[in-house]
Amino acid sequence: MSTLRVSIWRGRDDGRFVTYEVPRQASQTVLDVVTHVQRHVDPSLSYRFACRVGMCGSCAMTVNGVARWTCRTHVSKVVDGKSSNRGGVPVSRPAPMATSDAGDAAVDGTTEGSDGDGGSLTIAPLANLPVIKDLVTDMREFFDKWARAKGQFKGASTRQDDFARVMPASPQRRLADAGIECIGCGVCYASCDVVAWRPDFAGPAALNRAWTLVNDVRDVQQPQRLRAVAGDAGCHACHTQGSCTERCPKQLAPTAAIAGLKRATARAAMRGKL
Amino acid sequence: MSAATQARHWYWQRISAMVLAACVLVHLVTIVYAVRSGLSGEALLARTRGSVAFAVFYTMFVLACAVHVPIGLARIAEEWLGWRERASALAARAVALAIVAMGLRAVYAMVFA
Repeated sequence: MSTLRVSIWRGRDDGRFVTYEVPRQASQTVLDVVTHVQRHVDPSLSYRFACRVGMCGSCAMTVNGVARWTCRTHVSKVVDGKSSNRGGVPVSRPAPMATSDAGDAAVDGTTEGSDGDGGSLTIAPLANLPVIKDLVTDMREFFDKWARAKGQFKGASTRQDDFARVMPASPQRRLADAGIECIGCGVCYASCDVVAWRPDFAGPAALNRAWTLVNDVRDVQQPQRLRAVAGDAGCHACHTQGSCTERCPKQLAPTAAIAGLKRATARAAMRGKL
Repeated sequence: MSAATQARHWYWQRISAMVLAACVLVHLVTIVYAVRSGLSGEALLARTRGSVAFAVFYTMFVLACAVHVPIGLARIAEEWLGWRERASALAARAVALAIVAMGLRAVYAMVFA
């Protein structure tokens, strides 16, 4: 069985990387690796996870320098070293699986030439957020920015009113749909250079959330929301570098949402309503 | 700078960028075309003197630059050089005035002088 060398950040902002050895397994995710370390090597390791199926958004970490959701990131896709694409095609495995999971083959012991080198991983907490301990970051500022960007829905109807009818094919509903599946994992926020050099910037996730609500025809606090997302701490600080869109594990496009906010705030400003 | 001012700046920079995109294209095509009949001072002035179309086009070009460039430079000064907002705004206005003055002077010299 080959082993994976895993360097994991330990401590707070002034911590250090500690290297562990973890057995490589078939279809192993980065979250599996961290869990193995905590359960079998060092129980004091702190990290967050909940659903393990890419819904809750709590397990994001920096893996080999890139922010990712670890529960849906296979080690074979991100591992450094020769075993990541080793010619380890298991004899009994169907060809399509063998090409994508070449790294897993070594684990099964069916790979010729397996020499125990399962490659290496470096796992750190998300960037642009204060570290509480090890891989756990303080997400308060991240979510406070959602609130400051008026990320709360506020309608005008009561329980006595009929359901609002929003046509699924209407342009605004489609725009809202495009960004609604955000799970709040913080990957975009950690990948954003503007957040890094301008800490008061709301960030891609908060602005994406605001954009879904700008397109919610039921919401009644649109002017306040546009005021909240305009300016230096809002959409106008974005440089459209697109890291958020490239890294979003849900394939959302916060860059497009922010561009939409820029257009909406400009329209409002030119009409004197901002 | 207020959020509304920021939003208006974004709007004007976007509009001026659209104008500039068209102007630069026409400008480049004109250069390529004009080269064929000589680039001497006399040849240029012979084509531009008294040309209202030239004057209107390049006046528009200069004004679009005077809107677009200072807004971008102010942002660069703030983000890369750490200038305060007031200093960058003053510098941006100075750059805008300089572009307008030099640009319109050049247009005047090419068409009316």
